[in-house]
Amino acid sequence: MFAYIVRRMLYAIPILIGVNLLTFTLFFVVNSPDDMAVSQLGEKYVTPEAIATWKKKNGYDKPLFVNAGAEGSEVLTDTIFFSKSLKLFAFDFGRSESGRDITTDVATRMWPSLAVALPNFAIGIWVNICVALMVVMFHATRLDRWAVFVFVSLMSISYLFYIIGGQFLVAKTWKLVPISGFNIEAQPWKFLILPVLVGVVAGIGSGARWYRTLFLEEANQDYVRTARAKGASEISILFKHILPNALIPILTGVVVLIPSLFMGSLLIESFFGIPGLGSYMLDAIKSQDFAIVRSMVFIGSILYIIGLILTDISYTWADPRVRLN
Amino acid sequence: MSASVEIRMRVKDLRVELAENGEEILKGVSFELQAGKIFALVGESGSGKSVTSLAAMRLLPEALVITGGAVHVGKQDLFDLSESRMQTVRGRRVAMIFQNAMTALNPVQTVGQQVAETLELHTTLKGKTIRQRVVQLFAEVGIPDPESRFEFYPHQLSGGQQQRVMIAMALACEPDVLIADEPTTALDVTIQEQVLDLIRELTQSRELAVLLITHDMGVVRNTADEVAVMYRGEIIEKAPVDEFFHNPKEAYSRRLIDALPDLTRFQSVAVEQPLLQLDDVKVHFPIRKGVLQRVVDYTRAVDGVSLSIGRGETYALVGESGSGKSTLGRAILNLEEIAGGEISFKGKPIGSLSRRAMLPYRKEIQVIFQNPYSSMNPRMSVGEIIAEGMISLGLGLTAGEREERIGQLLERVQLPREYSQRYPHEFSGGQLQRIAIARALAVEPELIICDEPTSALDVSIRAEVLELLQELQREFGVSYLFITHDLSIVPSLAHHVGVMQLGKLVEQGSAEQILTAPKHPYTQALLNSVPRIDP
Amino acid sequence: MKPILLWSDALIFLLVIALCLFFYRLRRDPQTRERWGEVFSSRLGMVTFTVILVYVGVALLDSLHFRRALEAPEGLETEEIFYDNKVTSVLDVMLLGMGDRFERTYSAPFALKSFEKKNMKDEQGNAIRDFPPLEHAGRHLEDPAERWPDVAARSLTALLWGVLAAAVIIGLQWLALRRSTNPWYASWGVQAVVICLFVWMVNISRYYHILGTDLGGTDVMYQSLKGVRTGVLLGTLSTLIMLPIAVTLGVMAGYFKGWVDDVVQYLYTTLSSIPGILLIAASVLLFQVYIDLNPDFFSIGMEKADARFIALCFILGVTSWSTLCRLIRAETLKISQLGYVQAAHAFGVSHSRILGRHVLPNVVHIILITFVLDFSALVLAEAVLSYIGVGIDPSMGSWGNMINGARSELSREPTVWWTLTGAFFFMFALVLAANLFSDLVRDAFDPRTSMRRSEA
Repeated sequence: MFAYIVRRMLYAIPILIGVNLLTFTLFFVVNSPDDMAVSQLGEKYVTPEAIATWKKKNGYDKPLFVNAGAEGSEVLTDTIFFSKSLKLFAFDFGRSESGRDITTDVATRMWPSLAVALPNFAIGIWVNICVALMVVMFHATRLDRWAVFVFVSLMSISYLFYIIGGQFLVAKTWKLVPISGFNIEAQPWKFLILPVLVGVVAGIGSGARWYRTLFLEEANQDYVRTARAKGASEISILFKHILPNALIPILTGVVVLIPSLFMGSLLIESFFGIPGLGSYMLDAIKSQDFAIVRSMVFIGSILYIIGLILTDISYTWADPRVRLN
Repeated sequence: MSASVEIRMRVKDLRVELAENGEEILKGVSFELQAGKIFALVGESGSGKSVTSLAAMRLLPEALVITGGAVHVGKQDLFDLSESRMQTVRGRRVAMIFQNAMTALNPVQTVGQQVAETLELHTTLKGKTIRQRVVQLFAEVGIPDPESRFEFYPHQLSGGQQQRVMIAMALACEPDVLIADEPTTALDVTIQEQVLDLIRELTQSRELAVLLITHDMGVVRNTADEVAVMYRGEIIEKAPVDEFFHNPKEAYSRRLIDALPDLTRFQSVAVEQPLLQLDDVKVHFPIRKGVLQRVVDYTRAVDGVSLSIGRGETYALVGESGSGKSTLGRAILNLEEIAGGEISFKGKPIGSLSRRAMLPYRKEIQVIFQNPYSSMNPRMSVGEIIAEGMISLGLGLTAGEREERIGQLLERVQLPREYSQRYPHEFSGGQLQRIAIARALAVEPELIICDEPTSALDVSIRAEVLELLQELQREFGVSYLFITHDLSIVPSLAHHVGVMQLGKLVEQGSAEQILTAPKHPYTQALLNSVPRIDP
Repeated sequence: MKPILLWSDALIFLLVIALCLFFYRLRRDPQTRERWGEVFSSRLGMVTFTVILVYVGVALLDSLHFRRALEAPEGLETEEIFYDNKVTSVLDVMLLGMGDRFERTYSAPFALKSFEKKNMKDEQGNAIRDFPPLEHAGRHLEDPAERWPDVAARSLTALLWGVLAAAVIIGLQWLALRRSTNPWYASWGVQAVVICLFVWMVNISRYYHILGTDLGGTDVMYQSLKGVRTGVLLGTLSTLIMLPIAVTLGVMAGYFKGWVDDVVQYLYTTLSSIPGILLIAASVLLFQVYIDLNPDFFSIGMEKADARFIALCFILGVTSWSTLCRLIRAETLKISQLGYVQAAHAFGVSHSRILGRHVLPNVVHIILITFVLDFSALVLAEAVLSYIGVGIDPSMGSWGNMINGARSELSREPTVWWTLTGAFFFMFALVLAANLFSDLVRDAFDPRTSMRRSEA
């Protein structure tokens, strides 16, 4: 087990290097710092001097890989690759194009993200499992078929409409909660209810449908027939035999997402004005702040890899057949 | 035992249909189960024997519906009961064990919990008492160290022990009737024998009425008191077991009985020049451990096997699952790398040839696999399947010649020529295995490796396929390496026999020698579990 | 008139031809035919497939582009023909100029007056502030009160024509297909509805704006129809770009194992560890910078938008192959162990032939299921990407851009709801049909579900 985790962590290193190289290629090789300067400054103000100043200010005035003009180890360290890419490994994200310290921004903004994403995630899974269980109880009846149709219909609605619809109905028409905003001191729940509600409802279609398939797959297994032959009732089979077994595939799909909850949700946060990492990323994209995008890509990858490792660990906990080695 | 027989379950005129189109699956099945007796229901796949058992428990899948008949347990007709009342019958008065214990047990519950569940459902026992009772049951069905096995998960037990757990679960509430649906099919023969012994013992000691469902006449011969033969949803013959085996009334029953081995007639052994020789062949699979996944040890799947197969001869390689016999077959085909030793074909070493260098020998050495359904590409027509080898091995035939040859081959394996236009999914297992034989013959090989070619087939078809193989041997002088777990097909087929256990060849010799005077204890154990008509 | 072939037009027609060939080839294999038969023997299959075909048809009509010749300006003595800078499509022609009837700004469905007040002069010449009448709606009416009776009367005549057209089209199909056992009537029902709606829509839209107009005064119905091409093309082209990457890598990894497998696994783990939306956004932005810096590459605005569109398809395709690749790798691993691949090895069949004849045809069902499923996911993703600002070029009609432009207008009083409604229904119908159809395809082709049925 321990050896396994150590190995997985070692395996994460080449992946992170790969992510790093990919982003580096995208941001500095495909598009030269000059191109970025032009698009940041706007076409009107493009003069060679302006570009040079901008590059200097943001630290893009160095060579990409090898700084022939420098001395000693600086040949390699005083380059864009070292200062912008390798430093990410030390969690040194540097400054955004607009001059803010990215590390501080991330540290403060991840909590509002988590405040929305975590309840959204937990309640979502719970609701989906409950709905799916109810549908499975009525398997092969008319109700089941209609439920599947409703799930597919819910899946076919764009996320944007859930948000717009939720804001329009709950906040504007019924005036139950504020349309958007976030205040951590005064009644934060008032601002959280609607985003969480929207997130949960939007997820029911695909979530409950998926869980229903998993439950039905388990319901066809031999051990369910054994349980019936024992004289167990359908309800007790559902909860004592099918549910624990179906939780294993549910876990794999779900645990990997847990660390990424810190990243928040792009859409929900921007619509509801929540100052989390999701809206941070969106603002960065809209203002073409590549320093932030780069850092977020790196953080996202690390969280995903942690998620993968957690998934494996949770397997050993949920499934007695699995031993890591 | 009292003279008057006590009837525990009476099935009368049981009818089952396919819900979709009303096709009759069971056409009025009737029989009775008596206390202390084992009633065997034999039949081949699709005969409706498993449907009968599931219908009696009212556990049929939704696609099947019971349309008539009655199942009486005592005075009660089970078909009159509500579903919730029925639940008090299942496991309490009628219990059931299934074919594959590995999948029939819940993988995420300990075996103790699963047996305890039956007790919780039907008795008022609580906590500690239940545990004691489960441990007692485990001891009764012969699970070693029952106290600690309580906490084991199914995958931690061997196949035989899993089936014992199933039996313990079935017996927990002291049912009147036990339905055993192919309880030993998934087990190796030596284990199979032990589990059957246990069922026989329990039938006696607990005065159980047992319905034993099986396709295996050997199991019937050694275990049952009364036997009924099912064919296409009907019981065509029913008789006490001795009478049945000595004087079967139906031709179909006769065929089933004839599939049992005759241990008095053997193939004569002629001295032949060797075609294939194995010399101390080893196949190893690495075991990796630790942070860096270093190879710390090897699984010795084949661990130093030497044997020799003559021209036109059949060599039967016998062993249970995991003995390495299939791996050895794959190694001869150069589909597995050998770790040591040498394989020579017609005196030339072929053990470590590259893919390209092996090509000329591919024509000489061919293979037939166990599962006929997966051994043909579902998207190719039978003609294309047979032609594939001829094309890739460059037999230098024109398209017309090839087509002619395919037709001849199909006729040779007793199938119509027109089948070359059809696709594999249209055929039964037996037909597919004939096509597989035609495919192997297409390149005119001198040696065919038959990897359990008949174990997926029903007994009556099995005999036909084996017959065909022998005919072809006489006609073309081809040699077979016949890999099997089933000693009973060996006497009529093989000239030489080798017995494999844990990667080693523990005994080899002429078929007569091995089957009449085995020396190694493992061979003796295998042989003891082979059913005979006259025990 | 001068035909214009945009890159995306060329690609979509290529794709349609390729798909037709592909399905024609598949007909040979009886098992595949049986499976498709299963899909089309259900009414739902027929209905959803017809709906999808209608969308595809609209998209194809909208992909036949040309530039109108302009009349030579008077007094200019020249042989040279000038072409309109605006690119028109066959669909535009069929809609009888629905897209040319602009208003000043918002107007509600079937409205006669604009949504916003404007300074005007009344009949007496006094300056007043009132809702100005629309330029292209209800101009033929003498009295505003006649509006609804007029709509009803015109609808009735239009519907009659629609029924007539439907009867002819369906009658022809009936002659050809009456012996078929498939439930064609379900498809005909959908066709009848679609034809009637289309005839009605074209007729009525000459006198009214059926779904109103948006901020820029464009007819919302027209915009929604234009969004069809974008949605359909994005869904198919992206998957098409993704397929070869995913299939090649997946099959190679599963078949050759060893270091090939290690490399492919490394590639897709790395790719899937990057938050998808960031990768897409970054790539699109970078491409946008490239377009901005090289404006000379594109002669007309439409080509620029088209380039961005294709880049988006490309980026979506390149970033999304990991899931399918993983599935195909797993399936190939399984197939490589099966008897028929082993037998092929024993027959000395070459690697490339085993891959082509044994492995590939047996993973086609996974590709197919993914293709249909991804299609609907991509249509939905387009809306989100357009909202983030990395989607379709605003000059190119798309549902995402419509939603994006209208979402803030919900807070107006009275609410501007029609743009969202238009985008919602057009998108919902397509995605729902695709999702339901993919369910049927999966039920028919997934060996796991079909095994369950045969067991029962």
